[in-house]
Formats: sequence, structure tokens, C-alpha cells
Amino acid sequence: MEVNDVKIKAFPAEEFKDNDTLQLYIDELKKAGGSVIVGKLDQLIDWGRANSLWPIAFATSCCGIEFMAAASAHYDLSRFGMEVTRNSPRQADVMVVAGTIVNKMAPLLRRVYDQMAEPKYVVAMGACSISGGPFLNSYNVVQGVDRILPVDVYIPGCPPRPESLFYGLLQLQRKVKVERFFGNKRIKRNYRPETLTNPETGETIDPQIDFDNE
Amino acid sequence: MLIYSQPLELTKLLAAINNFLQGNLSPGWANLVKGILVGILILAAYALIALALIYIERKVAAFFQARLGPNRLGKYGVIQSLADMIKILIKEVIHINKADKLLFYAAPFFVIVASVLAFGALPFGMNLHALDFNIGVFYLLAVSSLGIIGILLAGWSSNNKYSMIGAMRSGAQFISYELSAGFSLMTIVVLSGSMQFSEIIEGQRYCWNLFNGHLPAMIAFVIYLISGHAETNRGPFDLPEAESELTAGYHTEYSGLQFGFFYLSEYLNMFIVAAVATTVFLGGWMPIQIKGWETFNQAMWYIPSWAWFFGKAGLLMFFSLWVRWSFPRLRIDLLLNLEWKYLLPINLVNLLVMVVIVLSEFTLTDLFPALFGK
Amino acid sequence: MNNRDAYDTAMNEITQVIQQIAPDAQIETKQRLTVTVRPDQLHPVIEALYRNETLRFDYLISLTGMDWGDRLGAIYQLSSSVDLTQEVIVITAMADRDNPLLYSVTDLYGTAHLNEREIYALFGIRFINNPDMRRFLLNDHWRGFPFRKDYIHDPKLNPETVVSSEIIDMAPRIMEREDGALVEETVAVFGEEDYIVNIGPQHPSTHGVMHFRTSLDGEIVKKIDVHSGYIHRGIEKLCESMTYPQMLHLTDRLDYLSANINRHALCMCIEKAAEIEVPERAQYIRTIMDELQRISSHLLAWATHCNDLGATTAFIYGMREREHILDIFDKTCGGRLIVNQNVVGGVMFDIYPDFQKDVKAFIPYMRGRLKEYDDFFSHNAIALGRMVHIGLLSREDAISYGVTGPAGRASGWSCDVRRYKPYALYDRVEFKEIVRTEGDSYARYLNRLDEIEESLHIIEQLIDNIPSGEVCAKVKPIIRIPAGQFFQSVETGKGEFGVFIESSGDKNPTRVKFRSPSLSAVSVIPLISKGAFLSDLIGITGSMDFVIPDIDR
Repeated sequence: MEVNDVKIKAFPAEEFKDNDTLQLYIDELKKAGGSVIVGKLDQLIDWGRANSLWPIAFATSCCGIEFMAAASAHYDLSRFGMEVTRNSPRQADVMVVAGTIVNKMAPLLRRVYDQMAEPKYVVAMGACSISGGPFLNSYNVVQGVDRILPVDVYIPGCPPRPESLFYGLLQLQRKVKVERFFGNKRIKRNYRPETLTNPETGETIDPQIDFDNE
Repeated sequence: MLIYSQPLELTKLLAAINNFLQGNLSPGWANLVKGILVGILILAAYALIALALIYIERKVAAFFQARLGPNRLGKYGVIQSLADMIKILIKEVIHINKADKLLFYAAPFFVIVASVLAFGALPFGMNLHALDFNIGVFYLLAVSSLGIIGILLAGWSSNNKYSMIGAMRSGAQFISYELSAGFSLMTIVVLSGSMQFSEIIEGQRYCWNLFNGHLPAMIAFVIYLISGHAETNRGPFDLPEAESELTAGYHTEYSGLQFGFFYLSEYLNMFIVAAVATTVFLGGWMPIQIKGWETFNQAMWYIPSWAWFFGKAGLLMFFSLWVRWSFPRLRIDLLLNLEWKYLLPINLVNLLVMVVIVLSEFTLTDLFPALFGK
Repeated sequence: MNNRDAYDTAMNEITQVIQQIAPDAQIETKQRLTVTVRPDQLHPVIEALYRNETLRFDYLISLTGMDWGDRLGAIYQLSSSVDLTQEVIVITAMADRDNPLLYSVTDLYGTAHLNEREIYALFGIRFINNPDMRRFLLNDHWRGFPFRKDYIHDPKLNPETVVSSEIIDMAPRIMEREDGALVEETVAVFGEEDYIVNIGPQHPSTHGVMHFRTSLDGEIVKKIDVHSGYIHRGIEKLCESMTYPQMLHLTDRLDYLSANINRHALCMCIEKAAEIEVPERAQYIRTIMDELQRISSHLLAWATHCNDLGATTAFIYGMREREHILDIFDKTCGGRLIVNQNVVGGVMFDIYPDFQKDVKAFIPYMRGRLKEYDDFFSHNAIALGRMVHIGLLSREDAISYGVTGPAGRASGWSCDVRRYKPYALYDRVEFKEIVRTEGDSYARYLNRLDEIEESLHIIEQLIDNIPSGEVCAKVKPIIRIPAGQFFQSVETGKGEFGVFIESSGDKNPTRVKFRSPSLSAVSVIPLISKGAFLSDLIGITGSMDFVIPDIDR
């Protein structure tokens, strides 16, 4: 399975920018458990998953408005079957983290992520959720949501235009399409939980812990 | 009465299957096989109709909102719901700590079973009717009110305050509007003198009940549409889910297939309401027939009865979607006011008026038997 | 010069009132009347101003916590609800850094409550007689006070974490007994039996990350406890380490729906301080862009309000019209939501050749749409049932809580900054200030739609008369503004937005404070939605139209 085999309607593989990253991911998946996609059933399941990504908008600031704009008439997220924004994390497939995440919000973001049902994906929308953005030096801003949960796609911009959001979501569709349903679990890349500590006890936290279901 | 040729009806096919089974099996086995076949067909139709409705709703909503709607999968995105179904089937079902396990798992089944039971009793076309009770209307009212138990259980067992509020709202709403729906159907039962669907439909050959009972029937029709709409928990009566208030209402904690059950039954209930309104008020699967216009009547019969049924029901559903995507949401007290202070008293008076009209022979069929008589 | 005389007489009288109470207060009348008092005289002085017969200073514009290095203090900016041009600044300071205490003015101004809690969280100053002295923007277990000059951020002390801490509904406070003794105590925010629902921080209709802890009696709201700070990014602190032109982009991210107007405020504040003359053409562009931004802000407010009431289609319609404005922004400077147009001294880009044509095409289009909204939603029976007589806010409460903008004007308080303290070209255009007296959700709703019409009217007057010339004055890359305190307020889509800068003459400010209209709108929610239905709480928050990053800053 190569990058060029991943088909997205009306958007040829050559027009995507970072095919290398996806190829890397495919190789990684191959290493972890044989071939990436084993059969027709896997393909069917991936097709279903990739085309039915129901988002939950974890909108905290400006990017949330652009997310709303993307869902509205002018841009129309529904073309990709993604307009079914679920407000309950249990029913959503992809969490779009749109906006700055501060220390007070971080546990709640993690909780919402834990509440989501597998398979779940995370899109970091905007500079703030990627790295802290213009507030990088602030005492209260989490420097990238990948410090608290694994991220699948980063969409840069401050705020990203709806077109960028679409591009990111299409990239996510491609990523979904190379995974296999049967076999090993998804590989969670882009997760750098270095300094997670419990503020009350000062102990380091196991980043893999699933707080909701412990 | 003339018998018209009906090229696309499924009657002959059904009769052939029946004969084949009767001929090759003992009566008991034949009935069992028939029962299983009907069951499978109903379940398949249930899922298919729900998927189609979900797609249609998304497209219609897009149409009202100046958007395009799903258009990536298949022509005009027609297989979008299929992708959703595949995804929901393999989505993780979350086990919730501190939830009442038994009730939590039972709730979606209550909801889906109630709507399948109601769905199974619908007359889809000529002879396309699983079981033609003599108390069909009564049965339908009875089983469709089972669904609320599922919703209450879901809210109660989820151990979530939003779910709880949603379920309580749903309980109050459902019980109130069930009254109106029941009374408006009773109005028509008075008019047609039967609770059996086949008789009700046959009685509307030349004149739909909506027109036959003129004023009270029309009032009953409007009230049935409103209360039916409210029973299905769809906007502007979607208080139990109330996205902007309660996140997802009673099914907040459900994921995967369990949520899928709620999702399917919501759409199917919409269909059931439209189907009952079609059957009871708009002549059901009966094609439009005008007394004396034999060629016209023949032409109408070329369109199969099930197409008439789905066409009429589709029209009502479009109307329902139109309302849903135009109005803001009611508040719980406004909602109950509407029912208890307006709809219910009007309904009771309406029922009385209908009785008077039927007894004093003021229905259209009685007044103009040459035009509308049986 | 009659105005000037009247002003002087009024100020003389106020000076006398103050001197009676606090003889040793330092009074300056340079730009505005500035009074520096001892902490113990603070409450009597402010109360005297509040109760002043001829001109009641009943509107607390902003309450700013200060750290001057050696002293901690606060700046109270007072104004009168009948005449917003009158302002008095009351400053107080104390040397005690370990246990700084001030007397609360919550008994006089409702808006002081959240502001004082914010100052406690950021500066560590506690307020005596404030009924609820929890930290506002930061968690209870935060160590240190980040806005103090000697605060050094240590990720070890205040680490980021994924463990949520329980919310403790116990409020500490310091009350003064009748004999003058101070008592430290804790009170429960909610009763034992209360059924508490957390609305937010991640909730579809809190317009971001607001957190209302709501106790319910069935569907009826009994009490609301406002929690905020879920997007407290410390913008004001960040500004202290930036040069003035660098600060500009942070203002856009406060109230992102009025991004351009916020930035306009900061630019004007710096220009006023550094005495930079803005070219005429830039003033025209700024005013037109501001009004376009106001329309887009009101459209979004309308859209989300309708969405909160359950009308999804109306939401999409509002967003649809908004895109037309964003297209104009996009063509002007490449930004959609965050416009990045204003800079110190003028605007960054000149308008594009077809700008006038596009704007003129937009005006009749928008008028048609306003009519459509009217037909579609404004007279819908359900919508009326959800808005009329819901969330009643009286004029007194609006003033006490400092609720400005369309919401304040819906309560009969004429508070348009564009009219009272005209800036840019607002003294040269003719427009009507929309004031309604009903004070309910519906009045606020209608006010926004009417203000869109007024904004179109303003644009109409300006669009054909844009003079030629420069769009930006010559400004040095590093701007130094003279030592002192500067304040500039503007009318954003949400209300009065103010920028306060204290400078020591350096290239960085020593303190920046943004007066947030949304904070006032939120602080009044517990009052006006008490006894309302849960559904109405959502409708009321929609009608107040606040933006959370503007509150949390």
C-alpha cells in the first residue's frame, strides 16, 4: 500500500502536500503489524469510517468561529458528510480542538477525549492548539495539545481559513483510510506528554491512563 | 365495482410465494417460514427506510439552509448514510461506570422494539400488510407509546444530569401529546366506523377522510400532525434532545450501536407518524380515484399502491422537515400549555362535532353520494 | 465654552466633596480628575461620588489591579450614567504585599464583584465585604499571583495537568463586623440539597468556554455560579513584555468578533499618548471597517442567539450574510476573522480598487436580508414566546453591572461611546442611537438588527467621500509613549471596550488593562436568569452576546 493508492474523491493524491508523512505512517503501520490493509472488508470499513467523521468542536476561541463558518452555507462541511456535529463526545469520531487550551482547561479537554468512543481522532486547529501560538510565553497556556492527547492532524493558521480546515480533514480521511480494523490498535503518534504531573500531589502521571474508565 | 389491471402490484408475487410454501410444507411450517420471511423483510425495510430518511433529511436541511449537503459518496451523496451505518456498527460501545447497567443496555432496545412493532403493523400497499387487525389503530397507539419507556430508562440509568432532564421532559411531552394523537385518530375512527386499516382505506376510495369529514377531520389532521411531530421529539418539539441546552439529551451517554438505535428510531418514528396520517386521513395506499372517470382510475392504478403510500407519506415528511428546519424550539411550559390548554379541549369538542356530523349524516359521502359514495 | 465651564463647575464641586471626606487626597485635574487616596478612605470617597446629588458617578467603567513594584493598588474608573463624558479616576495603593486588603465596592457597583475576584487571583489583593472571595480566572490551587512584578512563572509550581480537580463550592471571604473587627469565614455557595448542573465549560451554547454552575429546581434556575478562566491566556501580562506595535495582534484575539474595533481602540490609545496624527483617509477606512465589523459581529450574535433558541436555519442564514463582509475584509488585507488592518498611525493596507463598489453592493443586499430576518424570525410566535419578557434587565441593574452595548441600550440606558466620546469620524456622521426600554431578550434582539441598519447608514455617508492621501502616518518602528496613564474606549459590537495603558516612558507598557464589555454581560446573568427556565437561561445568554476570550483575556 502506497500513498497514491489512497483515493479521495475530487482531490488527487499528488495535490496533497505532505505525502511523505503519510508514507511514513504507512510504513510504521506495516512494521507494527503486517500489511496495512488486508482485505475488502477492511477497505469497506475504512471507507465507512473515513467518510463519516462526525466532529465534536472543542471550540474555545477564534478558531471555533472559523469552524462554524466552515459548517455554514458558504463553505459547507456537510459535503464531506461531516456536518453531523455531535455535542456529546460519546457519539463523535473526531475532536477538532479549535482554540487556545490553558492549564485550567487541559484536564477537561483530556476528559472529553477520554469520553469519546474508539476509533477517535484529534485535529489540532490553529496555532494555539498546535504550540500555544501567539500566547506561547504565557504562564497559563498549554504549549500544544499534543502534550495532553495524541494528535492526528495539525492545521496551522491563526485562525486557519475554512479551506485549510477542509484540507486538514481530507488529510485525516486519508490517514483513516490506511489503517486496518482487524489486528493491532492504532498507532498514536504526535504525543509528547513530558511533564504531566498531578498538581496536588506532585506525582508524575502515566500519560496512557484513561481517566474516564479507570 | 370494477377491477382494474394492476401491473406493478406485488399481490401476485406474494400469492405465488404463499402457494409455493403451502404446497410444499405442512401448514404449521409454512406459517413459520412465512413469519420469518415477513420478519426479515420488515427489519430490512426498517433499516433501509431509516437510512434513506437520514440521507433525505440531510439533503432537505441543506436545501433549506442554502447549502449543498452530502455529495461525495455516490451520485449526489446517496450512499452517505451507508458509510455512517458502517461506522456506527463498528464504533466502540462504551461501558459506563456507575450507570445502572441492565436498564442502560435495555433502553435502546425498548425504543427500537417499540418502533419496529409499530412499523410492522403499517399497511404499505395493497396486500402488503403483515397483519390486518380489526383493532389496527388501537394496536398502533398502544405499541408506539412503549418507546417512551426506553427514553425514560435511558435518561434514568445514564447517571447524567442532562440525560435525566431530557428524559423527564420527554416523559411529560410524550404523555401529553399521546392524548391528542389518540383523540384525533379516534375522530377518524368515528367517521369511518372501523379500527381496521384495510377498512379505513377501502372507505376512502372516492373521498379521503380528510375531506369526507370536512371541518372536524381537517382539525383532527392538523392536531395529529402537531402531536405526532411532538411525539417523535423532533424540532420545534425536540426538547428532550435540545442540542443547544442539553448537549444530546437522553442519549448523551450512548455511543456506537446503542446510539445508532436511538438515531434510527427517531427517523423511523417520523415515518410512522407520516404513514399513519397517510393511512387514516389521506387514503393510505389507495390511488386517487374519481367516481365515473374509468380511464383516469385505470391510469392511476398503473402506479402501484405502495408508490402511492410512500409518495403521500413522503409529502407529509417533507412538511415535517420544513417545520423542523424553520422554527425555533418551544420551551417546556409553552409546550405543555399548547397541549393542555389548546389542543386537548379543541380535540374533545372536535370529537363531539364529528359524532354529530356522522349521526346527522353530514359527511361528504352522505351529502353527495353520486360524487363520493362508496 | 459653556460646556467647559459646566464641566469645571461640576469638577470643582466634586473636588470639594472629596476633600471633605479625605482631606489628604491628592487631586489632579490634568486630563481627567484623578484622585489618589489612602486605602481606608477609598470606600467613603467612592460612596460619596456614587451618591453625589448633582452628578451621580454610578457607572464603574473599569477596575484595574496595579502593581507598581513597591506598592499594590487598584484604579477605579468612574463615570456617570447620564453623562458618560464625565470621568473620575480614583487610585489607591498600599505597601503591604503579604496580606493586602481593600474595602470592596460591591455594595455600590454590581460589576465590582467579578472584577475584585479577578484582582485577587492576579494580584492577591483581597477585598473586605465582598461576599465571595474565590479566585476568578485561575484555579483555587494556583500558587502565586501572576500579575505581580516579582512573579516568576515556574512550571513546577503550576504544572499543566490532565487531572481534573473537584470544584469546591465553598467561598472564603472577609467580612467586617459592626464593631470594626475583620472576620475570615467560608460560606457554602450552594445548599446541600441543590441539584447542580454544570453548563459548560464545553457546552454547545455557552459561546465558548463559559461555565455556569446552575442549581435547578425542576426546570427552574435557582442560582448560578459563574466560573471562568478556561481561556485565560494572560494577554495583559504578555503585553507588558511587548513593544506597542507588537501588542496590536493580541487585541484582535480578545473579542475576535470585533477584532478590528478592539485594535482600533489600542491604536487610538497609543496615538493619543504618543501624539501621532492619523491621516484623514485612514480615519475613513477605519470607520468604515469598524462599522462593517460591527455588522458582522451583530450578525453572528443574531445567528447564535437564534441557534440557542433552536433555529438552526437562522444560524446558517446569519453566517451566510457574514461571509459577504468577510470577503470584503479578505480582499482588503487577506484576513477574514482577524482583520489585521489597523496599525499605530493609520491602517496597514490601503483599500483595494473595488472596495467602494463591493461595499455599495453589500448595503442594499443586507437591507433585503434584514427584511428577510424580520419575516422569517422576528415575528415567529415561538420566538416571541421565548424572548418577550424573558431575562428582564432594569436600567439600574444595567448601570450597576456596567452592561453596555446593545444589551445596555435595550434597558433604556443611552450609553453609546460613539455618541458620548466620539472618535474617528463619528462626530461627523449622522446616526441614531437605538435605545429601547423593555429590557428583555427581545429588545436586545431587535436592538442588534436595528444597529445593523444604522451601521449601513453610517457606511453610506462615508463610502463616497473617502479622501485621497496617505493611509498611515510616519511612525518609528519602536514607539515610546510618555510616562502616564492613558485610557481610550470604543464601542464594539458588545459594548464599551476600553484600553488602559500605564507607561513609564519606556518602549514597553508597565500595565495594560482591557475593559471587557462581555465580563459585564456575564456578571449580570445570575441576576436576570434567576427564576427563569433552563431553556431561557440559554436564550438569555444568547441575547446578552458575550465572547469568552474577551472576559478571560
